[in-house]
Amino acid sequence: MIAFWIVALFALVGALVVVLHRNPVYSALGLVLTLFQVAVLFALLDAPLLALLQVMVYAGAIVVLFLFVIMLLSLEPEKRLAAPFPVAVAGLVLAATLGFGLVVSGTLPLRSGVPSRLPADFGSPESLATNLFTKHQLPFELTSVLLLVAVVGAVVLARRRS
Amino acid sequence: MEPYAALMASFVLCGIVAAVMVCASWILGPKNPTPTKLEIFETGNPPMGSLRGMRFPVKFYLVAIFFVVFDVEVVFLYPWALIFRQLGWAGLVEMAIFMAILGAGLAYVWQVGALEWD
Repeated sequence: MIAFWIVALFALVGALVVVLHRNPVYSALGLVLTLFQVAVLFALLDAPLLALLQVMVYAGAIVVLFLFVIMLLSLEPEKRLAAPFPVAVAGLVLAATLGFGLVVSGTLPLRSGVPSRLPADFGSPESLATNLFTKHQLPFELTSVLLLVAVVGAVVLARRRS
Repeated sequence: MEPYAALMASFVLCGIVAAVMVCASWILGPKNPTPTKLEIFETGNPPMGSLRGMRFPVKFYLVAIFFVVFDVEVVFLYPWALIFRQLGWAGLVEMAIFMAILGAGLAYVWQVGALEWD
């Protein structure tokens, strides 16, 4: 439980850096911190494979992509702009709603189908693989279609003008 | 939590080593800054000015996207390889379909020449 609070604190610090820092590169690095902390949260929730992939794919590949975009746009450090009033109100309402939802969902009783004791191999890479490749074959295959669309879409968008 | 203790120790050790290296060179190194030394190092040439407003070819972005997509593809191979034997032929066919669809993507990218640099 102590581990959770430490990790949560660092995740929040990273998130605040993302939002508040004026240099977009530092924001991207703050995102790395947050993603790492989320990986640790996955590990605390008995999902070691997910934790590893979080670091490899998100902290590794996705943030590199963000940095590419920052480089391509060669953004200048942001000027501090006051959000227009309706936008600020909308943001506050959204944040409050999400926070309220999280708090409420934390107090709700578990669904009846969830066993009170977890099986011994819960969250192990093997059990994840067995579930993915036997029970959830269709979503797995559809993932490849999604990735295909991403590849083709990127090429089409990049080559449209030439 | 046992298996993570080693990982944690490794992280802490890496952090200490990096911090010691940076701090030691900062404390021990002589500081004698001159305008030339403070200039940005660009392979020995005088800097050409700011990069702000410069535009980079979108190809860099394409390469990054391809990397991410095929990275995610490989991610699925890890759990598959773990239980490859239990899955038997069904698993092989399943993965073959998955790879074939992504192979089509690779073939397309190759065909339109997006892998070529110029």
